[in-house]
Amino acid sequence: MNILFKFQKFIILGISLAFICIGVLRQEHLAVLQKAVKICLECIGVG
Amino acid sequence: MKNKNKRTIIQLIAAAFTNGYIFGFLQNKIYTGNTKVMCVPGLNCYSCPGAVGSCPIGALQAVLSGRERKFSYYVFGIIMLFGVIFGRLICGFLCPFGLIQDLLHKIPIPKINVPKDIDRPLRYLKYVIAVVFVILMPIFLVNQFGIGSPYFCKLICPVGTLEGGIQLVSTNEILRSQIGFLFSWKMGILIVVVVLSIIIYRPFCKYICPLGAFYGLFNRLSFYQMEVDTKKCTGCKACERQCKMNVEILKNINSAECIRCGECKDACAFDAIKSGYKAFGKEKK
Repeated sequence: MNILFKFQKFIILGISLAFICIGVLRQEHLAVLQKAVKICLECIGVG
Repeated sequence: MKNKNKRTIIQLIAAAFTNGYIFGFLQNKIYTGNTKVMCVPGLNCYSCPGAVGSCPIGALQAVLSGRERKFSYYVFGIIMLFGVIFGRLICGFLCPFGLIQDLLHKIPIPKINVPKDIDRPLRYLKYVIAVVFVILMPIFLVNQFGIGSPYFCKLICPVGTLEGGIQLVSTNEILRSQIGFLFSWKMGILIVVVVLSIIIYRPFCKYICPLGAFYGLFNRLSFYQMEVDTKKCTGCKACERQCKMNVEILKNINSAECIRCGECKDACAFDAIKSGYKAFGKEKK
């Protein structure tokens, strides 16, 4: 447990990088891009 | 140079960098390049004409509200990555809306200190907003096609109205013809947040911001850490009197509410507060 505690930052760093890779494989980044390159009507208070 | 002045310079550079597409402001259009696949660390609407990256909160809702995916590894991964490297240092140094609130608070009129009885419970509101408006509503409140909406952006967030809405609506006739109650509602929220920011320090960050809520969870776990040197500290609490986020520095310097602005370091006459990157956690005894 002590070792886990000592390396907790690196563990979280590893999980976050793994999540990003899984997200890219699931093409979530394309969903983000698709939304971000159009004016978000909800965000600006129109839609 | 004092930490406070250095911070303002870094905040200005970060805001300029995040909104670096100057043609967007000149031509009343938003940037459509591939850099928008990446999220910026702070709260910055991707419908701001200058935005070159995506807002993490907007991006999270964009994925969650879609038909195909009900969890976003990509955006949670990015938020975790920023969180574990910086914690809420992002709120203090890199968030453009944090800078706007800081500048508004510099307007020289009397300030209000929210009483503890009201302040304490209100701090939990941002967690409720993060869970309900950013995660649950976009997943479960969907139309007949299974598609949700970015409810936080739509109903609460004043950043899009300020950074994108006002300019785009005032210069685009088609958009102007479509505005209705929602625009008035969001303008109302924006006016309230602006007025409150003048008299209360960073009310949006303290009580509403879901991104600050997520990053706050990482304050204890991030590589960037604050520390009180107990050998040098005299317990005078000059740091706590200086802290505008009302953090109990001597008890919990890496509190989820600390935006790591470093004003406590400036206030300490004994140089007892340190901050910086630490690779390993302290071993439990």
